[in-house]
Amino acid sequence: MPELSNLVESLAPSGIRRFFDIVASMKDVVSLGVGEPDFVTPWAFREAAIYSIERGQTQYTSNYGLIELRRLIASHIRSFYGVNYDASAEILVTVGVSEGMDIAMRSILNPGDEVIVPEPCYVSYKPCVHLACATAVGIDTTAATGFVPTLEQLNSALTPQTKALLFGYPANPTGGTVSLEQAQMMVDFAVEHDLYIVSDEIYDRLTYEGKHICIASLPGAYERTILLNGFSKAYAMTGWRLGYACAPEKILSAMVKIHAYTIMCAPIAAQKAAIEALSSGEPAVKDMVGHYNRRRRLIVAGLNEIGLECHLPNGAFYAFPSIKSTGMTSEEFAERLLFEEQVAVVPGTAFGAGGEGHVRCSYATAIDKIEIALHRIGRFVRNNSLVGTAR
Amino acid sequence: MPYFLMDEILTILEQDARTSIESLSRMTGRSMDDVRKSVADYEKSGIIKNYKTVVDWSKAGSTRVFAFIDVKVAPARDVGFDDVAERIYRFPEVHSVWLVSGDYDLRVVVEGENVQQVGLFVAQKLSTIDRVQATSTHFLLKRYKEDRTVFVDEGEDPRLIVSP
Ligand SMILES: Cc1ncc(COP(=O)(O)O)c(C=O)c1O
Repeated sequence: MPELSNLVESLAPSGIRRFFDIVASMKDVVSLGVGEPDFVTPWAFREAAIYSIERGQTQYTSNYGLIELRRLIASHIRSFYGVNYDASAEILVTVGVSEGMDIAMRSILNPGDEVIVPEPCYVSYKPCVHLACATAVGIDTTAATGFVPTLEQLNSALTPQTKALLFGYPANPTGGTVSLEQAQMMVDFAVEHDLYIVSDEIYDRLTYEGKHICIASLPGAYERTILLNGFSKAYAMTGWRLGYACAPEKILSAMVKIHAYTIMCAPIAAQKAAIEALSSGEPAVKDMVGHYNRRRRLIVAGLNEIGLECHLPNGAFYAFPSIKSTGMTSEEFAERLLFEEQVAVVPGTAFGAGGEGHVRCSYATAIDKIEIALHRIGRFVRNNSLVGTAR
Repeated sequence: MPYFLMDEILTILEQDARTSIESLSRMTGRSMDDVRKSVADYEKSGIIKNYKTVVDWSKAGSTRVFAFIDVKVAPARDVGFDDVAERIYRFPEVHSVWLVSGDYDLRVVVEGENVQQVGLFVAQKLSTIDRVQATSTHFLLKRYKEDRTVFVDEGEDPRLIVSP
């Protein structure tokens, strides 16, 4: 057989995938490893999609997506963040942020370009850059700065090839959010060096204290920003595969070109469900966010009591405790916790080398399961505490 | 006030009355003493009425029957429907009594050992109360959802056990 694509062969295998295979082979595992809501899509959204299917609404839509949905997205962004996107030319309905990320990269990058990516970060950021024949330059961020890069770090990652900044706050896996100063600093950096900004704000509604900062709303940002968001997290709609990209017309129409040839349009039933979500979904979102918030406080208090230092994450549904006090590597910790106590967490290194010393614990998990998991993690840490440093 | 702006303690306890003071404290980020005091205040002021367990009796093998009885009542000056409602809710076999709009006035939920017992209760006790003009009895055949608890088994967590 002829050889496969060199580009694909040079992609690193997913760290999560390997771990998934081990967990899937085991029984009675309490999983804090799931990166999606434990809520089923609210019934009203599902019902709207079912109704649309019953009425025979089963066709392609415009490449951009249904105009009714794009108008709702535009007014949603306007009312939450004060940013004005033109529904007819600056909003594209995508197959999740996943697709949005891919076409954003392919639209702005040329071979040899570099993209600065703060790590630890969501698993697909760097591969999407790589698949666009460009180079992702990681920056290791730490808990000390809330997992946001400093200006010094950005400066030292900068080269003449740097084309874009790619980040997402609230962040997976750290739960970190950006302050207004930090966000403006990154925007100013992009303006000064004439870089694009690709901002994945899929966890925007899952911000617990203070307000989410929409990057595109900051002075200087709109014209160079591709804003990505979607319905997976806030609306518990992961399986529907629906998201959206917003950008100035010139950038967006480049993205639409790729989208039109490779996707054609996002699925219509999912778009119908999303219309319902944006029209009537607010109480459901608030209810789910209330649940996440209570679990967030519970799991963070529990992890700190066990001796796994954990900052209170302000967004998403992940706690990212340090496991350095155990003397184990992230992989070792996750694997032994799984085998000895049947609790699944994801090693921080699955999200970049900078994740070493941490594990990701998802609290998109029922309270009783979180309590069982904390109990088992506590026992595990006590049984394995280093002699001399034992608490 | 919309329900999500109310004290979270009420929301949490409404969903799981067994949540301990310690868990409540962790979930809300408030001190144990503060939480304990709030709960005591709610109990004292009657904001928290009762703690109960939702039991699927038919699954537990019970053959007890439930009936919804709509009662038409002639209202009286000064008391409206209150006195009749009270006469009804004082019977221990009565689970709920609501004043409702529509063709009938009171909606009553009654529990009994069997259909005959409930039928007799309606014939002898309910319909004979002064100013009760008519009743309409509906026996419960199957519980699908009650007080936000779904009674049909919903199966396992369908999510992949680890995902990015
Ligand atoms: C930060 C982040 N971005 C994007 C995605 C993918 O989202 P979508 O379902 O919209 O493709 C995820 C899903 O886990 C995520 O955590």
